Amino acid sequence: MSQLELKRNQVLEARFVADEDVLKHISDNGGVKVRKDRAQLALNVKRFVKKLENISDDDDEAQEIMEEQNYVAVLGACAEASELAQTPGRNVTFDSSEYPEKPACTPQSSKKYSASNKPQLKSKKNEFVSTTPYRLRKRLTAPSLRSDSESDYSASCSEEEEEDKDHKETCDVILGQKTPSKTRAAPPSKKTPAKKLKEEMTSNLVEEYFEAHSSSKVLTSDRTLQKLQKRKLDQQTLLVLLNKAPPAFTAELKELNQQHESLFSKWMLQLHLGFSIVLYGLGSKRDLLEKFRTSLLRDSVHLVVNGFFPSITVRSILNSITEEVLDHVGTFRSPMDQLDLIMKRFKEDSSLELYLLIHNLDSKMLRGDKSQQILAQLASLPNIHLIASIDHINAPLMWDQAKQSLYNWLWYETTTFSPYLEETSYENSLLVQQSGSLALSSLTHVLHSLTPNARGIFRLLAQYHLENKDNPSYPGLSFQDFYQRCREAFLVNSDLTLRAQLTEFRDHKLIRTKRGTDGVEYLLIPVDNGTLTDFLEKEDEDM
Amino acid sequence: MCRMKSSEIPTAALVLGVNVTDHDVTFKSLSEVLQDNVTPYVVSLQAKECPGIKHLLQKLMGQLMDCCVDVDSFEEEECVNISQKKIRCSMASLSKWYESVTKKTGSETPSKKITSSSRHWQSPPIVVIFKDMESFTTKVLQDFIVISSQHIHEFPLVLIFGIATSPMIIHRLLPHSVSSLLCIELFQSLSCKEHLATVIDKLLLTTQFPFKLSEKVLQVLINIFLYHDFSVQNFIKGFQLSVVEHFYSQPLSVLCCQLLEAKKRVNSLSHNQCENIRSLPSFRRYVESQVSEKQIALLTEDSFLKEVTQTLLEDLHIYHENYFTVLRCLHVFTTSLPKYPLGKQIRELHCACLGKSVWETEEYGSTVQLLRMLAKDELVAILQKCVEIFISSSGKQFSNTVEKLEEFLARFQNLETETNEVQDVSVLSQKELQKKTDLYHLQKTLLELKESKRSKKLTKFEMLRFEVVDFIDSLVRSYLAPAEMQTLNEVVYFNTANTLREHLNAAPRIALHTALNNPYCYLKNQTLKSDVGCISNTAPDICIVYKLHLECGRLINLVDWLEAFSTVVTAVEGTDPDSVATDQVDEIIHARFIRAVSELELLGFIKPSKQKTDHVARLTWGGC
Repeated sequence: MSQLELKRNQVLEARFVADEDVLKHISDNGGVKVRKDRAQLALNVKRFVKKLENISDDDDEAQEIMEEQNYVAVLGACAEASELAQTPGRNVTFDSSEYPEKPACTPQSSKKYSASNKPQLKSKKNEFVSTTPYRLRKRLTAPSLRSDSESDYSASCSEEEEEDKDHKETCDVILGQKTPSKTRAAPPSKKTPAKKLKEEMTSNLVEEYFEAHSSSKVLTSDRTLQKLQKRKLDQQTLLVLLNKAPPAFTAELKELNQQHESLFSKWMLQLHLGFSIVLYGLGSKRDLLEKFRTSLLRDSVHLVVNGFFPSITVRSILNSITEEVLDHVGTFRSPMDQLDLIMKRFKEDSSLELYLLIHNLDSKMLRGDKSQQILAQLASLPNIHLIASIDHINAPLMWDQAKQSLYNWLWYETTTFSPYLEETSYENSLLVQQSGSLALSSLTHVLHSLTPNARGIFRLLAQYHLENKDNPSYPGLSFQDFYQRCREAFLVNSDLTLRAQLTEFRDHKLIRTKRGTDGVEYLLIPVDNGTLTDFLEKEDEDM
Repeated sequence: MCRMKSSEIPTAALVLGVNVTDHDVTFKSLSEVLQDNVTPYVVSLQAKECPGIKHLLQKLMGQLMDCCVDVDSFEEEECVNISQKKIRCSMASLSKWYESVTKKTGSETPSKKITSSSRHWQSPPIVVIFKDMESFTTKVLQDFIVISSQHIHEFPLVLIFGIATSPMIIHRLLPHSVSSLLCIELFQSLSCKEHLATVIDKLLLTTQFPFKLSEKVLQVLINIFLYHDFSVQNFIKGFQLSVVEHFYSQPLSVLCCQLLEAKKRVNSLSHNQCENIRSLPSFRRYVESQVSEKQIALLTEDSFLKEVTQTLLEDLHIYHENYFTVLRCLHVFTTSLPKYPLGKQIRELHCACLGKSVWETEEYGSTVQLLRMLAKDELVAILQKCVEIFISSSGKQFSNTVEKLEEFLARFQNLETETNEVQDVSVLSQKELQKKTDLYHLQKTLLELKESKRSKKLTKFEMLRFEVVDFIDSLVRSYLAPAEMQTLNEVVYFNTANTLREHLNAAPRIALHTALNNPYCYLKNQTLKSDVGCISNTAPDICIVYKLHLECGRLINLVDWLEAFSTVVTAVEGTDPDSVATDQVDEIIHARFIRAVSELELLGFIKPSKQKTDHVARLTWGGC
């Protein structure tokens, strides 16, 4: 029964330990202290075992720590086993219960344990006869206390100096056995004081970085989400599920938000004085900016830019300024021309005022040098007031001195801890299933605006694409072949018309061209096969 | 000025220093000066506008046409311009345009703006400024130079290169064949430090403006300048921000104006504002130093308080008048010393005096010691400068000081005759020395001489020097008291350096890291309290996921990550572990995990990886 209790405690025991602590712990245990907190050790072992399960030794670092942990685990198990050995009938259950829990990748160490320690234990067995069952009881209750203090246990252990000494010897022996198998072995701890060991540990931290980056091979477990039988969630169900999750720290979050909201009038003043405001810190700042907008900007001309939207471009921002704000009709040759016009208009007419709110100024679409340059020049206009938010950890690297002085930033830390719901919803996360609905609808949308001939051309390509879907080395349809096919189907009359059509497809990202090794141009459809089949079926229905 | 071959293009290389952000202002005023005095045809080009030679010529023509219209706005010419815009931009069309313009201006408008200074040119030159020469692509520059050198006979062209690094860059960008087409004259602009000194001198070290910066604020601004960008513009921006912050956050900043106005405003203070005054730390200190009846009056009667405030404000004003004069005077002394114990620049001295009583510092001690060793001519020169400073200052109570200094100067004059006598004595003793060849006697006289030197050596000059130094010391002690000790200093001094640093020199990465590692900093919930390096398992999801990811290497297996996350989270909720053991992770936890992971992706900590299925790559290493 006590085994069951132990198991349950383990689950509750899962908690974070800082790297330094782990190292300290290991080095402490490896050294002299090991005899002091044997019961403690048993507790830690469990924690480490659990941790191993959690992290599942992803790389060298974890491997490294794990090796140490195994060693500690062996130590602890040894301690535990030796204690259990005193109560008859216990050690059998112990072995069977502890070890199945360990991850599969540590059979070596557990084998080692059984191979090397058993004889030792046998030899020690008779020496432990005098121990009291009291300690055992204490050990079993220890995990639930979750305390790291040594004092609780040292009292019960310190009496038995002799036995400790013996135990330490066992440890040293085990360590000695362990070292040859390790690559960067610490010298046997008989001569090494704990401090020295620790020093080495910290220097290892530095080495680990280079080691992790030196080899291209990374050791991680091979488990995949498919094996977990975890279906990918789509965006909708994800939202529904998230809404079910209980909100945490509502009071604190509210307080945090109120702090930020008290700055609104100050922002307004500073915007008017020619500064731009940038908000940074963890958490979505979308709601905050929205609130700022609704509370202070309702009566003024403002433009909200959702930077996180995957198809936002500087061009579209400029277009909305020229078309919506300046009521300008006509097109521009380049964004630069457009910018010139905007700057001219705003300089001429000082009564024009525009508030520009940009969520995620650092998004993938806006972080480019040219986009930032244009936005910075917009921000430098005295009657355009820019307030923006950034989230990416390296976002400030976007700006050089010149841009920063154009932007004239004032930084405000607004850590909100609110989830980035909108911002991440457009991301192609690995875990969220690509529903394909977006791609499909855009496909049909684009195709419907084309001539029947053009649609036919695309159908041809799509069909050919699907015919070859099982061929892994399918390079795509070569242009000449395609032209031939199109001609045969009376879709085009010259390769120029076909080229013009293909350019249109390419502009809508419906096809991709690639040059093969033989210099021939190959055409590909960068849409997954499922979507493409759906599309063709739908087309057939429409026909 | 320079003898050049006819085909060479006169070129000015302007070395401006690394503070790129300030260059714009320089170029702006340069082109204005050129336009006023030399030629109306000034074009400034930036590298980002000219990715190719075509764009460069387009820009050039465009700007030229515009400025031509500015000078003589003939409607017909505008028409010509428009038609010309449609013409392909080439050097030929440029020279044609130039010809037509000069002919027109030569015949029709002889009374042009261009006056005396442009007499040297038969026709006004076209000046092309390359604002940031380093950023131009070499090809564009080379092409432009080669092409325009072909046309140099048709219209005079002058180039100006703005250089941020060193003049060497010209030769690195342009091969010899191209650079030989230029006749380069090098110009060096003032260093940004000197610009800063001017700004500080005109803005801060004057009583003209009531607003002042406290020591810490000034230190922050100077540090940003020295260690981040060398940008005078940014310094000014910081100053502007301080002004905004001061008037926004300090309710008593209403009194931060010219003295007369401030006195008027004091009379109209409301009761609340009076209470504000009473709560100022410096005012409380002042109250405590008063006798008890006055204390009561100050704390209870608004009218009395207003009277006192007026006099205090006046005192503050006088303090500043004296302070800046004496500061400049002390600066004259300290700059003449070796190793500059109190700093070379006046801003350093200013910082030292603002923060604490400067005479208590070690540096001041060594300064005084060094001053006591100054040579006479140096001392006289310094004193003369000081007299000038005092005379030019607006403070009235310095007439005595000036008198005293002038008296010192007069005494130094008189010293010259006296010193001659002293020299005679020493010469005599020297002669005596030479006479006696006896070793014993020699030793004896030498000892005597040494004795006499030690005891009586204080010549009149030295006495006077001591007196001067003591006088200066007394000036410093009475006038350079730290600003923080002045009553009502909070009214005019902006002193929250922290806000300034936060807004100007923020550390977004640190903020992100703190929020992820130690959410307790932001969410004051007791359950989140934890030791250094650990976080509580009740922390927000993203913190837990972040912490777990820190323990992984370059690649992270999503399944393991998810499992670890669910273990931690279920441990908190105390759900039955047996149900979790069935390997079926709760849907909600799964969703939470997905959210947290995509948030980390948005923040740039991970990215999807194709190396292995269901793995993500880590983008950061270690704590941040």
